[in-house]
Amino acid sequence: MPDLMPAEPPVLRVDDLTVRFRRRNMDVAAVNGVSFALARGETLTILGESGSGKSVSLKALMGLLPDYATIAGSVLLDDRSVLDLSPAELAKLRGGAIAMIFQEPMAALDPVYTIGEQIAETIIQHEGTSHAKAMHRALDLLDHVKIPSASRRLKNFPHELSGGMRQRAMIALALACSPSVLLADEPTTALDVTVQIQILLLLRQLQQELGMAIVFVTHDVGAAAEISDRIAVMYAGRFVETATVREIMRSPRHPYTQGLLASTVHGGLRGRVLETIPGAPPNLAHLPPGCAFAPRCRHAGDLCTRSDVPVTASPTGAMVRCVRAVPVPISEVSA
Amino acid sequence: MSDPRDRGGPAQPLLLVEGLRKHFPVRGGLLHRQVATVQAVDEVSFSLGKGETLGIVGESGCGKSTTARLLMRLIEPDAGEVVFDGDAVGDRHGITVNAMRRQMQMVFQDSYSSLNPRMTIAESIAYAPRMHGLSTKEGLARADDLLAQVGLTPRQYARRYPHELSGGQRQRVNIARALALEPRLVILDEAVSALDKSIEAQVLNLLSELKERFNLTYLFISHDLNVVEYVSDRVLVMYLGRVVETGSVDSIYARPRHPYTRALFASKPTLDPDRRTAEMPLTGDPPNPIDPPSGCRFRTRCAFAQPICTGLSPTLSAPLDSADSDGAHLVACHIAEAQQVRHA
Repeated sequence: MPDLMPAEPPVLRVDDLTVRFRRRNMDVAAVNGVSFALARGETLTILGESGSGKSVSLKALMGLLPDYATIAGSVLLDDRSVLDLSPAELAKLRGGAIAMIFQEPMAALDPVYTIGEQIAETIIQHEGTSHAKAMHRALDLLDHVKIPSASRRLKNFPHELSGGMRQRAMIALALACSPSVLLADEPTTALDVTVQIQILLLLRQLQQELGMAIVFVTHDVGAAAEISDRIAVMYAGRFVETATVREIMRSPRHPYTQGLLASTVHGGLRGRVLETIPGAPPNLAHLPPGCAFAPRCRHAGDLCTRSDVPVTASPTGAMVRCVRAVPVPISEVSA
Repeated sequence: MSDPRDRGGPAQPLLLVEGLRKHFPVRGGLLHRQVATVQAVDEVSFSLGKGETLGIVGESGCGKSTTARLLMRLIEPDAGEVVFDGDAVGDRHGITVNAMRRQMQMVFQDSYSSLNPRMTIAESIAYAPRMHGLSTKEGLARADDLLAQVGLTPRQYARRYPHELSGGQRQRVNIARALALEPRLVILDEAVSALDKSIEAQVLNLLSELKERFNLTYLFISHDLNVVEYVSDRVLVMYLGRVVETGSVDSIYARPRHPYTRALFASKPTLDPDRRTAEMPLTGDPPNPIDPPSGCRFRTRCAFAQPICTGLSPTLSAPLDSADSDGAHLVACHIAEAQQVRHA
């Protein structure tokens, strides 16, 4: 599938990733052909509502899905095929070249070990350094994520930290072995606004320093606008539109992206009736044929439901999956 | 527009809250003695006019939800007076808590846990009217009518159970149930916060339609600054159990005075990728409401804190340069007067 081709070889390349959950009486198509490439130092945000398959995609990249999930497609991380790795090789990869942070730090941190021990364990596990050396690195990492009085915090248990501090400790843990790709699954969603902006700024700064690529998953348009280089809008297990953050925020092309931005509430809309997307997202166990958004789309016609909708790519690397999309003329791109 | 239940006329506030306070004891140790106090809500006062929407914003632990529960008397306040349309609630000369609840209803954030999973949604909606004297048949007819009002076809949804509905549909059911007793005031406690954006917009539109149709007054509690700006006429900003600033939505959003309000608004993610936030407006998390700082509770995170802020707790008052505001803009800060309004 055509996508943005970065000049340097991508650090992560995902091609036609599909995930199905099959159990006795259900067959859920959670991810239906996701492709993207990610360069070093780049942030791609996957923006979507609950059930769009954004978290499942991330977990597939980390090999974190349960046994009954059927995964197809290819995931290349530094030219290694992640989906073909043995469990032991996968364990080595996780926390090493690829790391993940979550919405709930309490679920990601072990409650019975101190922050320092947890970070040191990861370093020893992956690099075989001495405990003393690993603890020293852990201290540096806590400093790096701007935890005040880091040497004291090293000896704290997760429950002794505040929410924002825990999120920082989890980021330190993820960065322990300098990953080339950081997967962030709604890391700011559960935080208060004043703390959320601190974490977004921290991630931006760490990325500049360390040069890692970030896949940031969120449902929050504001967080996406603050952190992304590119945004992929996901609906019913597919990317319906991918473009730079400016293109998405200023001139969204897919009707779903347009609807999502129009229904994002802000004070400028006071006194006006909000534009809404009618209906609700489709059931992933019974996806409609053709474009999954067609039943809610005001522009939908016969062509939309007949067969799979082709992708229209533009010279900037943006893509949109809609029958109404016309390639953007070059003159408009440069304007 | 005139409501037969309206007693004091349009000028009398529908709700008047004076010095509301709730301190929760924290017990611990071998003898289960009180070791600390959570000052969840401290000296909160405000009024709410008829037909108005008052937004309460603040971060977690600021006491906004406790305030809602105190108003509904889901928890007993330690002190304070609540006057509903001229009648003191729970007072010998006023109205009883039950009479107040008939006119004041609440919608919660979690749409699933606020519905009984063993009742069909029509039964849930009809429950309160039946308790108040309607027959089962009349109650179910009322439920059908309300379901239609919130945009759910009764024939399709009345007999379903909560787990068969989506989050947005369940929240519509909760709104219908809150309206079943024909209340005059509805407290919406993070009522749209758990919904996806496209569904949130649908429910916000519904809320504004219902407000017109049933002549309602809203108390809208949310942590989402954008949503509060969209729905509110007036706004109350809370921090660690106290009101730090209040005023009309235009005045507060255009000219925030309190250093906390300014930092809060500056933390709001931008929607413009060319104007990203460059500096963090505040460092650290909100402090624990157990044993909050003395004096001004924001002083530990405030860039402008002075010695006076430690010793003396600031009271809500009009800023000195309030000539440009509408007179209803109040701020609890010792130094707000000294600060020039930076927004020209």
